[in-house]
Amino acid sequence: MSPIIKTVLQRLGLGLLTLFAVSIIIFFTVTMLPGDFAQAMLGQAATPETVAAFDREIGLDRPPVERYFNWLGGVLQGDFGNSFASQGSLGGGHARSVMSLIAPRLANTLFLAGFAAAVAVPLALGLGVLAALYRGTIFDRLINVVTLTSISMPEFFVAYILMLFLAVRWPIFHSLATVSPNTPFLEHLWRCALPALTLVLVIVAHMMRMTRASLIGLLSSPYMEMARLKGLSPRRLMLRHALPNAWAPIATVVALNLAYLIVGVVVVEVVFVYPGIGQLMVNSVSARDIPVVQGCALIFAATYILLNLLADILSIVTNPRLLHPR
Amino acid sequence: MLDIEDMKKLAGSGKASRREFIQFALAAGIGVAAAETMFGEAVAATPKQGGSARFGLAHGATTDTLDPAGYPDTGTQVPFWGAMSNSLTEVDAKGNITADLVESMEPVDGAKTWRFKLLKGVTFHNGKSFTAEDVIASYRYHMGPNSKSAAKSLLQAVTDIKADGPDTVVFSLSGGNADFPYICSDYHIPILPAKPDGTADWQSGARTGAFVFESWQPGVQAKLKRNPNYHKSGKPHFDEVTFLTLADVSARTNALTTGEVDWIGRCDLKTLGMLKRDPHVAITEVTGYGHYVFPMMVDKPPFDNVDVRTALKYALNREEISKKIFFGHAKPGNDNPIAPGVKFAINPKPQFAYDPEKAKFHLKKAGMSNLKVDLSIADAAFNGAVDAAVLYQQHAKAAGIDINIIREPDDGYWDNVWLKKSWCGGYWSGRPTCDWMFTTVYATGAAWNETHYANPKFQSLLLAARSETDDKKRAGMYAEMQQLLHDDGGVIVLVFNNYVEANSKKLAHNAIAPNWEADGLKIAERWWFA
Repeated sequence: MSPIIKTVLQRLGLGLLTLFAVSIIIFFTVTMLPGDFAQAMLGQAATPETVAAFDREIGLDRPPVERYFNWLGGVLQGDFGNSFASQGSLGGGHARSVMSLIAPRLANTLFLAGFAAAVAVPLALGLGVLAALYRGTIFDRLINVVTLTSISMPEFFVAYILMLFLAVRWPIFHSLATVSPNTPFLEHLWRCALPALTLVLVIVAHMMRMTRASLIGLLSSPYMEMARLKGLSPRRLMLRHALPNAWAPIATVVALNLAYLIVGVVVVEVVFVYPGIGQLMVNSVSARDIPVVQGCALIFAATYILLNLLADILSIVTNPRLLHPR
Repeated sequence: MLDIEDMKKLAGSGKASRREFIQFALAAGIGVAAAETMFGEAVAATPKQGGSARFGLAHGATTDTLDPAGYPDTGTQVPFWGAMSNSLTEVDAKGNITADLVESMEPVDGAKTWRFKLLKGVTFHNGKSFTAEDVIASYRYHMGPNSKSAAKSLLQAVTDIKADGPDTVVFSLSGGNADFPYICSDYHIPILPAKPDGTADWQSGARTGAFVFESWQPGVQAKLKRNPNYHKSGKPHFDEVTFLTLADVSARTNALTTGEVDWIGRCDLKTLGMLKRDPHVAITEVTGYGHYVFPMMVDKPPFDNVDVRTALKYALNREEISKKIFFGHAKPGNDNPIAPGVKFAINPKPQFAYDPEKAKFHLKKAGMSNLKVDLSIADAAFNGAVDAAVLYQQHAKAAGIDINIIREPDDGYWDNVWLKKSWCGGYWSGRPTCDWMFTTVYATGAAWNETHYANPKFQSLLLAARSETDDKKRAGMYAEMQQLLHDDGGVIVLVFNNYVEANSKKLAHNAIAPNWEADGLKIAERWWFA
């Protein structure tokens, strides 16, 4: 069997095990948090009778292990359950399924992540190559300083600064990224401009530095020396001889950052009030809405697993020794 | 023959120009300057129709539902009760109860029975006519042993609801309650259409209110459009309203200053001075019924000794906390949970002010020379609670009281700390009547009696005053009860917090109601574009 197929199957199998483990950990952690959904919903209005009535409706009066296996059984059949906020009589026939809650938010997050990635990845790669080409010059040092500074600042700080200068002082962009499912594509793009810019500033440094380091690391190898002695231009050296061998570490870093774009941007979502999946997860944990939390956790875990898998496939494909093993 | 009032009306509706108005005023003997002001006021006070308004609310979660048994915060209360629904009664800007969906309300039999004559010709958004059945279904939804509603305890005294014809509803209570109409104005009890089987339909979103449900993403935004058949003629003024949930206070403030929204609630007090400088923004501030408290459990030592409690009350500098923590946007309390604007409110004497000597005196009376107590606090109790506790700690040192502050986690505060620890912090949004406030928190055995207060005199007065229909007698009873709580109770009412909200100068309004945020939660119905 080709090594790629073997790796993919192995990884997918391990990935499933990981998902299973993640779901158990998250479920029992949230169950152990003080309070439950009924109390979170009723807030100050929670009296013992109303909480008990609530619990009975949404099935929280059963023991946690039983609830977990019920949920697992549902998932294996493709049913992620309903949000606690719409169970029983609260749904009244319009129960909000976890998927219907997550889907639009996930779509929003993927849109923003895609937008940020489409800008950040080419930018980082380009800057990395340039920095490697002109290593040691002012240009190289400048790029490094700027990107390292932007990654050192907390992302809410970057977000507020961008909002201050680009939305409040000079009203170029919108300060609110509130979108709804029927917002037209261009307007969605325009509203996401500031959040995307924030995210770009936050992730460029890591990818750029890795590209630069990876390329520079290869420059001292014998075949590069040979290419240089042949009289090739620096650009051709970099792009045709060094870069194809540098992909493995670069791909890993890019995958990590892309996963972060989907999973870790709740702060940016809060500051720009963007309805993404990060905020949904945080809200659901505060409200102890366990089915939604489980759904989000599974999606996040799956994201990491798939992106890491892609990175590994890319490493194999770009390395002939791994692609055609003896 | 026209008089100046008619002229003002014509000016307001745009039928008389400024020139015509001033000419008329001059002829009536009013000077030009005064006439100019009158014209301006007449135009401003008359609502104009039209426009699409956007409101930035501080709350809203993905777990919100249309179910009125919940409505935990402004994220659901303002759009789905204030804009989309009506209750039988409502509280006006002066804090008085007025009719909303009723023609008249009559107490019978010592206020043990109430006859409500319903307004005729009202329809729900889905075309169904409003009848007594709908009222009965709406109320029964919150009653009964299986109800999960937050209004269940509110309606516990209702023993029966019957229809007397399609236009009259008769409520039977277990005891006389002269304030029953106030309870009917609660935001948990909007009138819902009854389904054919007699239960209430809250899921469809069809209500009687000023705006009709259009679309909603929970925790993000709600869109409503004008109800052309609203029973209050001339209202609402907006064509369309959008409610956005902007939980982050900086995002909310920026949204207002950049024009993304026209109104925001819960302004950031720390930066309010800067917001005031914006020429396009107006700040509204109302002292409502809400207050922040430090409740002490009167059945747990050392708080079971009234002198210890009094010493702690004197060891607190409320003025300083109001200035430093709330930037002056709060009125120092006097350990009376009844807000100054409520009917029958008094200011018990003496006003508790910072007096370490008196505190020491009361400690000595209790047989102690110094005191060590624990205060469990978190910012979940109210914004600024931890800072207030730290200041309190410093104030109390001068009286020989050592307050040990236990910082509790925000998450789970209401499950683990409030109602469990013997001294902690909390907040109340307040109630428009003495009876309601006392019954909710200070009646013996009440579910939320955070101080475990059980004074037999207080309790007997509470029951007697509830059914008393003679205002003078009632005033005397409530005055005595407030004085009792002040002297003997376990609650330290720190401040009455103001509702500080901001809006673009494009919006105009009348006097703002003090009972809840956002103009009694009815901002969409009451405001208009200037």
